Amino acid sequence: MDNQYTVQDKTSWPLWEVFIRSKQGLDHKHVGSLHAADAAMAIENARDVYTRRMEGVSIWVVESRHIHASNPDEAASLYDPANDKVYRHPTFYDLPDELKHM
Amino acid sequence: MSDQSIIDYILHLGDNALVLGHRNSEWTGHGPILEQDIALSNIALDLIGQARYYYQYASRCINAADGASRPFPGHEALTEDVLAYHRDAWDFRNCLLVEQSNGHWGKTVLRQFFFSAWQFELYGALRHSRDSQLAAIAAKSLKEVTYHLRWSGEWVIRLGDGTEESHTRMEEALGDLWKYTGELFVPADYEKPLALSGVAVDLATIRPAWELKVGEVLEAAGLERKEGEWMQKGGKQGKHTEALGYLLAEMQFLQRAYPGCEW
Amino acid sequence: MSTFVQITVLMSSAIETGFQEKIDQDIRIEPRDWMPEAYRKTLIRQISQHAHSEIVGMLPEANWITRAPTLKRKATLIAKVQDEAGHGLYLYSSAETLGVSREEMIDQLHQGKAKYSSIFNYPTLTWADMGAIGWLVDGAAIMNQVPLCRASYGPYARAMVRICREESFHQRQGFEILLVLSKGNEAQRRMCQDAIDRWWWPSVMMFGPNDDASPHTAQSMRWKIKRFTNDELRQRFVDVCAGQVKLLGMHLPDPDLVWNEARQHYDFGPIDWNEFREVINGNGPCNKERLAARVKAHADGAWVREAALAHAQKNSIREKAA
Repeated sequence: MDNQYTVQDKTSWPLWEVFIRSKQGLDHKHVGSLHAADAAMAIENARDVYTRRMEGVSIWVVESRHIHASNPDEAASLYDPANDKVYRHPTFYDLPDELKHM
Repeated sequence: MSDQSIIDYILHLGDNALVLGHRNSEWTGHGPILEQDIALSNIALDLIGQARYYYQYASRCINAADGASRPFPGHEALTEDVLAYHRDAWDFRNCLLVEQSNGHWGKTVLRQFFFSAWQFELYGALRHSRDSQLAAIAAKSLKEVTYHLRWSGEWVIRLGDGTEESHTRMEEALGDLWKYTGELFVPADYEKPLALSGVAVDLATIRPAWELKVGEVLEAAGLERKEGEWMQKGGKQGKHTEALGYLLAEMQFLQRAYPGCEW
Repeated sequence: MSTFVQITVLMSSAIETGFQEKIDQDIRIEPRDWMPEAYRKTLIRQISQHAHSEIVGMLPEANWITRAPTLKRKATLIAKVQDEAGHGLYLYSSAETLGVSREEMIDQLHQGKAKYSSIFNYPTLTWADMGAIGWLVDGAAIMNQVPLCRASYGPYARAMVRICREESFHQRQGFEILLVLSKGNEAQRRMCQDAIDRWWWPSVMMFGPNDDASPHTAQSMRWKIKRFTNDELRQRFVDVCAGQVKLLGMHLPDPDLVWNEARQHYDFGPIDWNEFREVINGNGPCNKERLAARVKAHADGAWVREAALAHAQKNSIREKAA
């Protein structure tokens, strides 16, 4: 998983998680996700998508595949074997370009 | 300086913003990806907002003028909507660049980039206009334009650099649009006295910065501009390309079909 | 049965019971929590259908952006259609937390395998349709959506909160368009009534089949991904609109619409379920055009998306080399 791009095909942009500080003095808060080709675009998209009504003073974005998460439920781990990725996005899986419609 | 020249100048600024805002809004619902559909719609909204400020100001000026010399005599009290919906193409003062058809996404972002780079310099200077209304509109709008310039410049680079196909398409767009950039720096008759009196921007003073910015972005995009190409002009004086008539026919349809109504 | 399998089955049902208990206690389910496969699949279907409806729903209104009669209306309509793009995006994002990509969902839509709200297969023929869509279609949508702010799946509920907050102006601007028309000249009043006539029944159908013909409702309500039945919401919608239409001095196109004192609700006429089925099955006035417009936008944008990725990739290589 250490190559740069984990996209399904050559026209799908990676997924980014967006965190917004709604006003000075508050923490950045997760508001949702979006698709962008690179970090600069992800920030601009976040501005356009998530702050259309002036909801933010500062934006963080991180590519979703870089987020690691705790396991919410030990019992469930029996059924949902070790996978510390926070979101179960299919884009986490690195597949060859030739593979279509999966 | 006559009242008519300041009115023409305000209309020129407003028409630029409205026509390009309208063109951009043709993309709403049809963009290449949701995120960018939203981004371009934002720019459309900013531009239409600017147009409204200019038209409101122009109508105040016209309404204040005395009866005999007043332009658009058919309307008792002019409003922003009379100016947008009841003038024909020859009364529009926008430059030819903004009325050009959208074409593909690359042409749309290149048109935006040429225009935003110009508007950025123009508004920067217009903030110091001796006309306080124009100065205020420019100061307010400059923040928006700064973002338009960044967004469109990045897209031009992205597509110029991206793939062979995108590069070819950008060359094609450059071929379509470059000839409309010259007019941005040709002062109209109404503009010259206003520039001398410090109301309008002297276009010669902002040209070097525009050339520099455009040069940087085109270079980063790997695109070459043609030197010495013939430049089209006329829009600022009301002589437009065929594209504007169709745009107005669509935009003005309801106001023309049902005159005198509230909407 | 091996011991391992026995334990698995036992634990599986214990987990399933625990899952339902969480829902009963209004504890939200989050992406990495265990969930029954059927819950996940139902949610993906429901959320993606909703997302598709937002995106396809942009088209009939975008039709009128370039013809909006005043600059204020033009700006409002752009902002509204843009909001719908945003709502589609929030919903796709929340479905993506369930393990399906936006690309896959869009692919399903384009292949005609995924549904979207049938209402968007009707044409927008006059400016008054912008009013009727805002008042009736958004009104019906809001009625559906407000309860979903309490849906059991966290990302979905959060998306709905955001959507409902933004949606509030949509219905108001729609009603205001009709109100202005209703006070206008004869042509405008005719336009107003005509739009109400055409949009009323399709809006009533937006709540879906009658409860007795809606087999999945019970399970969805147990899972709290549906909070009221179709008929409950429909009745509420009819009651509200029957009152509001009077403010317009217009009427709803239903001769059977009458206040029922005993029920404390409006009675209304029979719904043409045949039309409903036909439109769902692709025979509405604009099914083909709507889908074709979406497919075209996506296909025309492919080189753009590809180039943006290629540029990002080149940049990242250049940065490493530097």
